[in-house]
Amino acid sequence: MSTLQTRTQRPPAPQAPLAGHKLPAYALPVLAAIVLATTALLFATTGFAGVAGFVVVAALLYAIGQTALSFQVEGRRQAANRLFTTLVYVAFVLAAAPLLVITWYTVKEGIGVISKDFLTTSMFRINPERAGGGIYHAIVGTLIQCLLATALAAPLGILAAIYLVEYGGRRPLARAISFFVDVMTGVPSIVAGLFVFTAFILVLGFQKSGFAGSLALFILMLPIVIRSTEEMLKLVPADLREASYALGVPKWRTVVKVVLPTALAGIITGVMLGVARIAGETAPLLLLVGINQRIEFNPFAGRDQQNAQAALPTYIYEQFGVAVGNTGAPAFQRAWGAALVLIVLVGLLNLIARLVARFARVRG
Amino acid sequence: MSEQPTLAGATTPSVTAPAASDISGAAVRPGDRVFRGLALTAGATVLVVMAAIAIFLVYRAVPALRDDTVHFLTFEQWFPDNDPSQFGIAALLYFTLVTSLIGMVIAVPVAIGIALFIAFYAPGRASQAMGYFVDLLAAVPSIVYGLWGFAFLAPHMTGLTRFLDKYFGWVPFFDYRPENNPNNLSPFTAGVVLAIMILPIISSISREVFRQVPRDQVEAALALGATRWEMIRTAVVPFGRAGVLSASILGLGRALGETLAVTLVLSSLYDVNLHITESGGVTFASNIALKYGEAGEIGTGALIASGLCLFLITLAVNFGAGLLIRRQQRER
Amino acid sequence: MAKSIDVSGVDIYYGSFKGVEDVSMTIEPRSVTAFIGPSGCGKSTVLRTLNRMHEVIPGARVEGKVLLDGEDIYGPLVDPVNVRRTIGMVFQKPNPFPTMSIYDNVVAGLKLAGRTRKAYTDEVVERSLRGANLWEEVKGRLTKPGASLSGGQQQRLCIARAIAVEPQVLLMDEPCSALDPISTLAIEDLISQLKERYTIVIVTHNMQQAARVSDRTGFFNLNGVGQPGRLIEMDGTHKIFSNPSNKRTEDYITGRFG
Repeated sequence: MSTLQTRTQRPPAPQAPLAGHKLPAYALPVLAAIVLATTALLFATTGFAGVAGFVVVAALLYAIGQTALSFQVEGRRQAANRLFTTLVYVAFVLAAAPLLVITWYTVKEGIGVISKDFLTTSMFRINPERAGGGIYHAIVGTLIQCLLATALAAPLGILAAIYLVEYGGRRPLARAISFFVDVMTGVPSIVAGLFVFTAFILVLGFQKSGFAGSLALFILMLPIVIRSTEEMLKLVPADLREASYALGVPKWRTVVKVVLPTALAGIITGVMLGVARIAGETAPLLLLVGINQRIEFNPFAGRDQQNAQAALPTYIYEQFGVAVGNTGAPAFQRAWGAALVLIVLVGLLNLIARLVARFARVRG
Repeated sequence: MSEQPTLAGATTPSVTAPAASDISGAAVRPGDRVFRGLALTAGATVLVVMAAIAIFLVYRAVPALRDDTVHFLTFEQWFPDNDPSQFGIAALLYFTLVTSLIGMVIAVPVAIGIALFIAFYAPGRASQAMGYFVDLLAAVPSIVYGLWGFAFLAPHMTGLTRFLDKYFGWVPFFDYRPENNPNNLSPFTAGVVLAIMILPIISSISREVFRQVPRDQVEAALALGATRWEMIRTAVVPFGRAGVLSASILGLGRALGETLAVTLVLSSLYDVNLHITESGGVTFASNIALKYGEAGEIGTGALIASGLCLFLITLAVNFGAGLLIRRQQRER
Repeated sequence: MAKSIDVSGVDIYYGSFKGVEDVSMTIEPRSVTAFIGPSGCGKSTVLRTLNRMHEVIPGARVEGKVLLDGEDIYGPLVDPVNVRRTIGMVFQKPNPFPTMSIYDNVVAGLKLAGRTRKAYTDEVVERSLRGANLWEEVKGRLTKPGASLSGGQQQRLCIARAIAVEPQVLLMDEPCSALDPISTLAIEDLISQLKERYTIVIVTHNMQQAARVSDRTGFFNLNGVGQPGRLIEMDGTHKIFSNPSNKRTEDYITGRFG
């Protein structure tokens, strides 16, 4: 018994034809050409100027034109759909453009000063107003400080992640720690620097040193290592642990000999990404390490309140200050050269980290 | 399997670590206890560090605050080492919030657009490459952003600021007086740089969220005859709203604490100024970076006090984001 | 009025891999046609070709003609969005929109088309829910979330949602395989009522269901491992299940394989 027949029969709704009107393939390119011509005309006749302005106006005109055209030919819903598609593409261009511009600009400004000398000498006895000198001391400083920070953050972070995954579970302490790891990720680098400054230098009375800088970098790196290690440990299948327990292996050995090696590649990736993050941090180093023109291999050497150890980010900042806004000064060129080296360093770290992750995944 | 009496004390294999060996021995092996203790201590370090940050900052901020002769929250200038000591965070608070807000207004829609592009518009294999590409923005160190902002972006902003002044000058923000803006080292320029910096964070988390939209929801919308935009509106937005919000809040936290990029791009000026395209401003972070060198005893304490404020603000923001994420995960 | 579908010479590709080969069939208006066959032989793929859902998969494409009352749905000027409004689909796992109420779920398709006047939507909701045999059970709680219903009710909600936009054809991809036997029977009853208004094509791996519910049945199978799927035989349901022409159909029906 059809329940449909108890209602009055409604006439069938008029059927829209399947083949709607579609914008022909040539329509949008023609529109684009028209828009470009119009914008050029506009710019020639009025006072508007600038590449960015041209692009913006052209994009705006195109979006309006496309929407109106589509609305006429294809209907409201397709017009809205096309408009949104255009917006999304624009968003992507807006993200790609700065990256390309920054990379190009850094290379353009920095490549000129890069040379064997630049990479192997320091600024010792170099007149900052003149050309010459290099960043060897800064590279050394950055590497040592990052190494120290990693030496602290990696074991501590991995152990903490082991606690969260293997022991803590749903216990309130573990949940609190996990929550504060997230919060710690958001601590600004300058606050971390300020804290170490207050605790280590003011209260405890130590001097500025590379080590003090490493302490702040450690605070910034720790939550990153914990989070990524946690993710990796969770990916290790439970049956692996069970197999080990079933053989009579105690828990701690299982973690150390079975779980960790399985997750190792991912953990290494996380650590490397953490290093990439801290390698470029300037603010805490300004407060804690100062600036040194000479090569200093000892991170624990605290000199007077000023000069402990160089580092790439602080080098850039200092050279920038020496140039006093004069973009032609040799100091400015050196700053860009150092910036290029720093970007290459961070980029390499990122790349290797991802390659390690990919390689490990292939091996399963 | 036939019935068999089990040995007294025999344990059956279980998923968790064996609680006791079925031969006499300690209930918990010493090795396990030590290891667990180590791991626990490591985990507790997180809590200890967070607490220590708060404690030490407060400890050194309080004496300076006591020496301050003006109202800390409403005074704009920064002269802690003067006699009498006068410093306040009004300007710092204003410019920190304004630059971060500008950054958010620009970055959030663009980041969502990128995330949608990679998740639903980019052809299959290209989308992963594009994801890496956008993530590269996060690899650029902040000082390079500052350098670039100062050397390249600020000089090129003139056209835009003049345009805004000409056509939108009736809005007090965009009005500018040429004598006040010689070099575009303004909160607006700083906001733009911040936007570029926080873009990758917001977009990569949003991308993850969009990737996890259940396939059957997407198909249900499409099968009803939805266009791609309508499908996104119907199936993706309700699902991803909370995740995108927490991603944005995380981006905000990053923008609030950003130091070097802002220091290099914002010329130092302590007067609260509504005209954001005019040069000058100072944030919590840039103030510390600029003044730490010449700060005396009270000056250092004052900087620590401002750092404490920044810490509390970012703490609140990240707290909020964390709670949001956890609530959303529970609902799922 | 419900339309007929003519499929001729359709090949279905996943990228460069040919998943289904040379399918031709006619689906009569206001009837129930069932697709049966072992897993992986292309039944669902062919079904999804009928409302252009197959091309949603990246790299997927279709060659050949699918005529809806004479009009090729793969024609150059045809918008797949239009096709899907005319040919509706119900999925294997019930998928009501979880953040929407029962009411909003039913009118989701209408809202997309911009038809939002309350008097109109109220009427459509009641009509569709009655049509799906769900009205009596939910009429008092239309504002409750769609996900709060049982599995069988959710599936009927999805059917109501599909028929609310007044399609001509209803495609059902194993609609009962995620449901318990009682809900399954309820849906089968519903299908026999729905066929008075709609052309229905149903994919099922349950032969008894095909025998109960359909007027015509098509049997799909692979020629060999790694080969594309093919339509082996399509005929009146009674004939397929009592006296099929093709030996392989007979082997499948009698359970000798699959």
